[in-house]
Amino acid sequence: MITTYLFYFLSFLAIMFALMVVLSKNPVHSVLYLVLAFFTIAGHYVLLNAQFLAAVHVIVYAGAIMVLFLFVIMLLNLNKETEPHKSVWLKASAAVASGLLLVVLVGSLKGAETIVQVNAFNPNIGLIENLGQTLFHDFLLPFEVSSILLLAAMVGAVMLGKRSIK
Amino acid sequence: MRGGWRGNKMSAIQTIPINWYLLLSTVLFTIGVLGVLFRRNAIIIFMSIELMLNAVNLLLVAFSSYLSDSKGQVFVFFIMAVAAAEVAVGLAILMMVYRNTKSSDINMLNKLKW
Repeated sequence: MITTYLFYFLSFLAIMFALMVVLSKNPVHSVLYLVLAFFTIAGHYVLLNAQFLAAVHVIVYAGAIMVLFLFVIMLLNLNKETEPHKSVWLKASAAVASGLLLVVLVGSLKGAETIVQVNAFNPNIGLIENLGQTLFHDFLLPFEVSSILLLAAMVGAVMLGKRSIK
Repeated sequence: MRGGWRGNKMSAIQTIPINWYLLLSTVLFTIGVLGVLFRRNAIIIFMSIELMLNAVNLLLVAFSSYLSDSKGQVFVFFIMAVAAAEVAVGLAILMMVYRNTKSSDINMLNKLKW
C-alpha cells in the first residue's frame, strides 16, 4: 500500500520538476530542477528493485553530467536577461504538437501491458551480482566497445574545447 | 498475487500495474520533446534530451523488473555511457559555438539552412 502512495508521490514530483526544467526562465534553475527530477527517477529505480542502478544513476547524472552542465552555464554566463525567447505562436504550436504526441504515444502503448511472464519472479536482479553476471557474460563485447566510445568522446571534447588547433 | 513474494523486500512490482510506468515515462518523454520544441537556448535543449533519455531508461528498468530479466538494466548502463559521451562532446561543441557567436541561441546556427 505504501509503495503505491510512494509511486504517486514520486511520479508527481518527477513530472512537476520536468515541467519546471522546461518552463523556468533562468537556465541555472533549470539545471537544479533537472537534478531534482533525476533524484525522483532514482527513487523510482529503488521502488523497482534496481538499487545498484539507482546509485549509479545518482552518481553519473546528478554527480557528473549535471556538474558539467552547471560549469558550462557558468562559463557562458547565461542568466535570465540573455535568455532568447520564441514567439507566442511558436510556443503554442510546440505545446500543441507535444500534446498530440502524448495522445499518440498513450494510444499506441495501450495494449503493451499484456506482457507474458517467462521468468520466475526474482527480486534480486537489480543487485550487483546478477547485473555483473549479465554484463560480463552476455554483453562483454559491447562493454569493451563502450570504453572505446568514451575514449573517443574524451579526445573529441578536448579537441573541440581547445582554442585553436595547430 | 502474494505468492510471488520472495524475500521481504518492498517492491513496486506487486502493487503497481505496468501501465502506470508506461504512462509516467510517456509523459516524461513528451515533456522532453516539449522542451526541445519550446526553448531556443541550446543548453536547455540538451537538458530536455537528457530528460527523454531518462524516460526511456525508466521504462527499460520497469520492464526488466516486471519480467525479471536483468538484460534491460544492463542496457540502461550502456545508455548512461552513451549519454555521458554525448553530453561531453555536445557541451564542447556548444562552447565553441558560443565562442564564435557570443550566444547560446540555436537560431544563430542557420548556416546550413537551405
